[in-house]
Amino acid sequence: MRPDSVAWALRRVGRATLGSVERLGFAARFSVAVLVHSPAALRRLSLTLREIYFSGVLSLVIILVSGLFVGMVLALQGYDVLTRYGANESLGVLVALSLVRELGPVVAGLLFASRAGSAITAEIGLMKTTEQLSAMEMMAVDPLARVVAPRFFGGIVSMPLLAALFSTLGIFGAYLVGVKLIGIDAGSFWGNMQSAVDFRYDIVNGIIKSIVFGVAVSLIAVFEGYNARPTAAGVSTATTRTVVASSLSILALDFVLTVFMFRGVGA
Amino acid sequence: MPDTVPAGNDAGGAGATVLLKDVSFGYERRRTILSGIDMSVPRGKVVAIMGGSGCGKTTILRLIGGQLRPQRGQVLVDGRDVASLEREELFAMRRKIGMLFQMGALFTDMSVFENIAFPLREHTELPEELIRDLVLMKLNAVGLRGAAGLTPSELSGGMARRVALARAIALDPMLVMYDEPFAGLDPISLGIVGQLIRRLNDALGITSVVVTHDIYESLKIVDYIYFVSEGRIVSRGTPAEVRASSEAFVRQFVDGAADGPVPFHYPARPLGEDFARAA
Repeated sequence: MRPDSVAWALRRVGRATLGSVERLGFAARFSVAVLVHSPAALRRLSLTLREIYFSGVLSLVIILVSGLFVGMVLALQGYDVLTRYGANESLGVLVALSLVRELGPVVAGLLFASRAGSAITAEIGLMKTTEQLSAMEMMAVDPLARVVAPRFFGGIVSMPLLAALFSTLGIFGAYLVGVKLIGIDAGSFWGNMQSAVDFRYDIVNGIIKSIVFGVAVSLIAVFEGYNARPTAAGVSTATTRTVVASSLSILALDFVLTVFMFRGVGA
Repeated sequence: MPDTVPAGNDAGGAGATVLLKDVSFGYERRRTILSGIDMSVPRGKVVAIMGGSGCGKTTILRLIGGQLRPQRGQVLVDGRDVASLEREELFAMRRKIGMLFQMGALFTDMSVFENIAFPLREHTELPEELIRDLVLMKLNAVGLRGAAGLTPSELSGGMARRVALARAIALDPMLVMYDEPFAGLDPISLGIVGQLIRRLNDALGITSVVVTHDIYESLKIVDYIYFVSEGRIVSRGTPAEVRASSEAFVRQFVDGAADGPVPFHYPARPLGEDFARAA
């Protein structure tokens, strides 16, 4: 290899490393700034409510329909396996624990990232491209307080509610398949579920997970939008990054949270 | 054309709303965008900054607005060094500055009315009835009172620019900056926007800085012109001086010549050398 090729390769590696470190530093500073401005979102309650509507209410269709079908499929698959062990009366428990602990927060989080996260990034990115953020700055209005904080806060509020609705519809879907279609006794379906699902251990941990996912997805979405290159391609790239980074973050965070929350299992 | 700025545009800055003293700026240390800029915008005047695309004109506006900080020199607005202002002070200063962006930068999720009411609602505690009256007055000044209920997507380019102008003057600023206000407009809209800039400047007693490359429209409405090329001020003068100028850069700009001090070809190796490499 020629020396100038080595130098060229080293320069590229160096530039990429510096770029990554710079981006990481900017992301950290941005996150702190967003957290500092979050109280502003509470003061501008109408803006935050509007964002809850856009992130939460407009995501309802995809969340409810997905939850219903996931619950129905879970019931069919679960019944097939449980019947082999003569435990088909535990279908309600299986479905409820799967949804409340894992599938509810994770799948709702992934759907939330695709539906609301990408929309938040695209909206902020386009506002940047069309100089709306600059115009706001020049009008002495801080875009972090006016644009970013309400969207961030709206995402945090919406995500646990959507995850709860996802789990609820999932359980209802399982009820339709298990009790109404297959014919499992309704009393044992609900009774076993009620006795096996612990509020603190299962439901609260599920809610904590969905809040953490809400923070992660909202933060990534607003950061990617704010940091997007002000071009059509830049906004498109930022939107894709939001979905990819949010999805990977949800899966990684889920593993970490599960390790801490359910470490007593099997002990 | 004078080498130094005349009394009205004295770089010493007596009576200047905006003053740039030996300002240099670059996004990266090694790449300079602006170098040694001295500029004065007297109170109540309309001053144009002209030059080709990418010569650093808009960067000057961003320095004046405090969105960028100079690497060297001083930017003074109303006598205060913009770079030395704390965040709150900078925001207080911006409340006295209006800015019209190249494409209007109207908020697309708001109506025309809401766009103009935006700065009033953000910075004042005025009752809604008074805000309504003020917004309609500003819209009336730009001839678009009837368009208050429209959304930005329903406006033509010229109308959007006029709405943005109404928003820029909503808080009765001391200074209004215009970034390419004539770009992409049909001749009628262009004339309307040009006349509005002059008329509003005189009627409201504000000071205007117009960044543009539209020489003909500018000569009709401005009091003084700075020509910027490759980050430096290469010429300056009143419209009459510009028209009479024999300076090569000014002549190329006024005559729209393809070649001159601003070359037609992007810097490259000699043509023969390029062909020899390909062969």
